Amino acid sequence: MHAALTVFWKEVRENLRDRRTVMNALLRGPFLFPVLFLVMFNLQISAQLKDADKPLPVPVVGAANAPNLVAALTQMGMVPEAAPRSPDGAVRGQRDDVVLVIPPGYASHWNRGQTAAVRLVYDSSRRGSNQSAQRLRQMLQRYAQTVGAQRMVARGISPAVALPLAPEDRDQATPRSRGALLFSFLPYLIVLTAFLGGMYLAIDTTAGERERQSLEPLLANPVPRSSVLLGKLAATASFALVSLALGVVGFAVAGRYMHVHRLDMVLDLGVHFFAITLLLMVPLVLLLACLQTLVSAFAKSYREALTYLSLLMLIPLLPSLLLAVIPFKSQSWMYAVPLLGQQLGIMRLLRGEMPGAADIAACLLGSLVAAAVVFAATLRVYGSERLAVSA
Amino acid sequence: MIEVENLRKSFGTVNAVDGVSFVAHDGEITGLLGPNGAGKTTTLRMLYTLMTPDAGRVRVDGIDAVADPLAVRRRLGVLPDARGLYKRLSARENIAYFGRLHGLDEATLRARSEVLIDALDMRDIADRRAEGFSQGERVKTAIARALVHDPRNLILDEPTNGLDVMSTRSLREFLFRLRGEGRCVLFSSHIMQEVVALCDRVVVIAHGRVVADAAPQVLRERTGAASLEDAFVEIIRQSESAAA
Repeated sequence: MHAALTVFWKEVRENLRDRRTVMNALLRGPFLFPVLFLVMFNLQISAQLKDADKPLPVPVVGAANAPNLVAALTQMGMVPEAAPRSPDGAVRGQRDDVVLVIPPGYASHWNRGQTAAVRLVYDSSRRGSNQSAQRLRQMLQRYAQTVGAQRMVARGISPAVALPLAPEDRDQATPRSRGALLFSFLPYLIVLTAFLGGMYLAIDTTAGERERQSLEPLLANPVPRSSVLLGKLAATASFALVSLALGVVGFAVAGRYMHVHRLDMVLDLGVHFFAITLLLMVPLVLLLACLQTLVSAFAKSYREALTYLSLLMLIPLLPSLLLAVIPFKSQSWMYAVPLLGQQLGIMRLLRGEMPGAADIAACLLGSLVAAAVVFAATLRVYGSERLAVSA
Repeated sequence: MIEVENLRKSFGTVNAVDGVSFVAHDGEITGLLGPNGAGKTTTLRMLYTLMTPDAGRVRVDGIDAVADPLAVRRRLGVLPDARGLYKRLSARENIAYFGRLHGLDEATLRARSEVLIDALDMRDIADRRAEGFSQGERVKTAIARALVHDPRNLILDEPTNGLDVMSTRSLREFLFRLRGEGRCVLFSSHIMQEVVALCDRVVVIAHGRVVADAAPQVLRERTGAASLEDAFVEIIRQSESAAA
C-alpha cells in the first residue's frame, strides 16, 4: 500500500510538470467542450426559432406592378427592399436569400381575374435561402387563398367548392424534443472529458515508461507489480476525475448561457446534477483508466499507444449515436451496461428527473464489475515477463 | 553472494541461456564476459527476478529468487541495460523515488542520498532535472538510485556503455570502493580491457553457456595466449567448434 502511494505521488508530480499533459487533461477537455457545446446549441436553437416572428426582408422587382400584393405581404411580415439589378446574380452571389419578381403583365392578368404569375428567385441548396423562400411562398399562398375565396363569394360560389380537401398538419415534434437530440451528446462529451483526462497518464505511465527505458529499473525494486499498477491506475483515475469535475462545472457555467428557455426548457446543471453525474461516472472512470492502461501496455511506444487510444475513444460515442438515431425506451437493465447506464442517467438528470435508486445502483454495480474484470486482465498483462523488456 | 546453478531460459526455439552456473562472492568483482547475444542480459534479468528461469536456481545471500523474489530484490542493487531516468524529476528526486519504493524512511533516505551524491561526485547535478543530462550524468544517477538502499549485492549490465574515458575511470574507482566495502559486485561486459582492469574473476559466456570461469591470469595461462583478448577469442572459438 505504501509502495502504491509512492508510485501514485510520483506519477502525479511528474505529470503535473508536463505541460502537454496538463494542457490536454486539465484544460482542453474541461474548457473547450463546454464552449463548443454552448456555441453548437445556441446556433441550433437560433436556426430553429429564426422563422415565424422575425420580419422577412425581400427585395422586390416590379413592386409598382402590384402595390396591393406588396402591401398585403408587408402586413404578413415581409419587408420590401429595393430591387437588385440582377435577381439571379443577387441570390447566386449570396447577397439575398430570396428575391420576389413581379412581371409587368401582373396587373392586367389580375384585373381580368386570370392567374397572375410571380417569380421567387432562391437557392434551395442554401438553408437560409430555402427557409426564406418557403416563408414567402406561404405568405403568397395565404394571400392567394384569401383573394380566391373573395372572388368566389362575389360570384355566388362557396369557397369550399374549390377546397375539396383540407389537410391539417399536426407535427408532434416540439422545439423541446428537437433540443433533446442535441442534449443526447452532452453525456458523450462528459465521458470524453474523463477519457481525455486520464489518457495521457495511462500512456505515459505504461508505454511512455517503457519507451524511456525506465520500466525495467522500476520493476527491479522490491515492490509487487500489483502495487505499481495500482499506483499508476490511481494517478490516471485521479487526473480523469479532476478533469471530469472541471468539465461538469464548465458545462454548468455554459448552461447559464444556453438559450434553453426559448425551447420552454429548464436546464438545471446545479449542485444536484454535479453530484449525481460524478457519482455515476466514478466507476466508469475506473473502468476507463484500466482499459486505457491495458491498451497502452500492448503498445511499444507513446505514439503507438496514442493511436490505439484514439480508436478506443470512439466507443463512448456509440450509446450517444444509438440514442440519437434510434430513441428507444430505456429499460432498467440498460443501466447496468457501462457507458449506456451513465448516458441514460445523465440524460434523465438533464430532463430534470431523478434516476431511481435501483437504476443508480445498477449503473454503479455494472460499471464496477466491468472495471474489476478489466483490472484483472491488466494485472495479468502487468505480471507478464514481456512487459518490462523494451527491446 | 550470488549463486547461479544450471540456469536455463528459452524464447521459442532459441535457448538464450542454456545451463549457466557460477558464483559471485562477496568482496569480489565478478565479470560476466561474452559477445553480443551470448545471453548475459537474460542471465542477469533472471538474477534480479525480472524473468523466471525455465530451470535452475538463483540464490542471493542464500535466498531463492523464485521462492521469494521480493526479498532477493531487496538485497540487490540493479543497473539494468535499460536505465532510463524520469526526465521531469531532478536527480535527487529520481533517487528518492527508488528509495521510497525500498521502504526507506525519510531521514535514512536523505542521509543515503547525500552519501551517494558525494561518492559519485554529482553535487552539481543533484537538483537539476534529468532532462538534458549527459550519458555520464545519467549513469551516475542510475547507479545512485540502484544503491540508495545500501544493498550487499550489485548487478550492473554493461555499466560503461556509452561512457567517455573519464567517466569510465571514475566508475571503475567507484566499483573498487564498493568491493572494498565487502560487497558482491557482478557486472557484464563485452569489452576485454574493462574486464582485465576490474575483475577478480571472469565468467565467460557464449551461446548461453559458461565456457570459462577463472581469474583473468588463470584464463590467460590456460589458453596459452599472451593477452586476455586473445584468450577470450580462443575460448569462444573452442566453444563454437565444440557446438558444431
